[in-house]
Amino acid sequence: MSTLTARLSSRRTRTGSVDKVVLVFGTVCGFLILMAVFGPLLAPHPPSQTDILATSQGPSGQHLLGTDSLGRDILSRLLAGARLSFLGPGIIVVVSATAGTALAIAAAWHGGWLDRGLNRVLNVMFAVPGILVAVLAAAVFGAGFWAPVLALSLVYIPYVARVVRSAAVRERRMPYVEACELAGLSAWRICTRHILRNVFPIVMAQATIGFGSALMDFGATSFLGLGVQPPSAEWGLMVSDGRSELLDGALQQSLSAGALIVLTVVSFNIVGERLSSRIGASG
Amino acid sequence: MSVSPPDAAAGPSRGRRAASPVRLLAGAVGTVLAASFVIFSSLSVAPGDPVSQILGQKATDAQRAAMRTQLGLDDPLLVRYWHWLTGVVHGDFGTSLTYRQSVSGLLGPRILTTLALVVMSAVIILLVGVALGAFGGTSQRWRPVVNGVVGFGVAIPGFVAASVLISIFAVKLGWFPTYGAGSGFVDRIWHLTLPAVALSLGWTAYVAQMTAAAVKEEASREHVMTATGRGLPRQLVFRRHIMRNASIPVLTASGLTVAGLVAGSVVIESAFAVDGIGSLLIKSVSNKDYSVVTAISLLIVIVFVLVTTVIDFAQAALDPRLRDGGKV
Repeated sequence: MSTLTARLSSRRTRTGSVDKVVLVFGTVCGFLILMAVFGPLLAPHPPSQTDILATSQGPSGQHLLGTDSLGRDILSRLLAGARLSFLGPGIIVVVSATAGTALAIAAAWHGGWLDRGLNRVLNVMFAVPGILVAVLAAAVFGAGFWAPVLALSLVYIPYVARVVRSAAVRERRMPYVEACELAGLSAWRICTRHILRNVFPIVMAQATIGFGSALMDFGATSFLGLGVQPPSAEWGLMVSDGRSELLDGALQQSLSAGALIVLTVVSFNIVGERLSSRIGASG
Repeated sequence: MSVSPPDAAAGPSRGRRAASPVRLLAGAVGTVLAASFVIFSSLSVAPGDPVSQILGQKATDAQRAAMRTQLGLDDPLLVRYWHWLTGVVHGDFGTSLTYRQSVSGLLGPRILTTLALVVMSAVIILLVGVALGAFGGTSQRWRPVVNGVVGFGVAIPGFVAASVLISIFAVKLGWFPTYGAGSGFVDRIWHLTLPAVALSLGWTAYVAQMTAAAVKEEASREHVMTATGRGLPRQLVFRRHIMRNASIPVLTASGLTVAGLVAGSVVIESAFAVDGIGSLLIKSVSNKDYSVVTAISLLIVIVFVLVTTVIDFAQAALDPRLRDGGKV
């Protein structure tokens, strides 16, 4: 993320002004990623340590955000929960972007039946809502971390493939590709060394926007009890855990986990959209 | 799609060729059939033993074998799929193992609840989303504000919105009930208000985004400048020249929204314990009640495909260039 931000701002500098919005939200993204990597180490209390004597407490010096109904420190759970909350969408985005890009470039290069066939399959895939696929995957493979990750990795492929395909088709028609072909370069080499490299910024922009959506969908499956299972800490699960406390007026757990989700999605969306309008990607 | 609104480039591909009704319809039926087979076959390998669920643990092997034959569990997958499909065509979705009741009887009243929720959300989305978008697209001064609000709105997942709304309007202020769907018309609307707001929030922002972009683009086109230059009243220019052209992308976004609402209701109904088909789907997954899971999944896919097909038809009707098969 930070390299992307850097590249983006340096490009801006060349044209005169630094894109402050990208700088700010890119930094937020950077901090959130650091939190996901080092969060468990920063947690002041063990995230799963229950304390019967200190349940559902408000914020205090010892527990900065209070405790949940089992007496676990909410701040520690938020910090530790960042890891699973980011790991799920991270895998989803990497898998779907890799598969989507590979399919898109293959379709754009080969054209003909491969392109038409892929288009048809993608259209069928668009017809099935992501959350439904995640729920069905949990039914088939059992609830847990992997069922929604697997399902959503599949569901997000068409969103990447569609945008990358149209970009790859444009590249395919460029004179440099013809020059490479005439020079006797293999199709594999042209696709990986030249076309992939040129569509890569678009893939990154799509992946950044997709990360936000994936985080919401992944959190939703945990919220429904079909994703990450208790006692693990994950933000969607924490929103759900905090629901019984809401009725007693203890809002910290649900709302702080919810706020982190919204902050993450807003930041990644803004950076992704700026990135994508900068490089002029269109569907 | 997911609970999250898709980005601008997402959604089923809007055909650039002329939309032939027969082709569209065949495509829709094909998609539903393909999806139904995938759903049926994947759930058939899901864990769980319907025979033990029906007979209990104490049944003899002979009883078990008889029940397996009766349920057709030993038949090949394609045979079972064919039986199920012919049943579905005749309105028979099988029997729920948990509720010991026909699935269609179980779904009937719950579909009405979900429908009420989806309709209320759709009304909110269309009214607020289109108005906000048109405002943001035309007013130079307010555009950044609208963009900010909308950008924030699309990033709020339904389940987070649900928690926020419950804590403010149900717990702190006590204006609305926390859980349940209510009975009777007024009571039902009162119960479904918070769920409908939670469900519509992200999509309202999405429709507003699409509308603002479409209005802004149309407003800068030559025919609008000409109309303004001829001294036509602003209202008239807005209605006849901007909104009419902007209505096509707005319609597309709205259609995708309605399709997404049905899937989104799965999360929202669970969050507010509304007894619709969405929360039933989640309960049935936990209960391993797969005939119910299959039926609801199929319903959601059918609604999704139906709506996207209707959008394709409507686009052709609104845009003569698509209807006549010309280039866009």
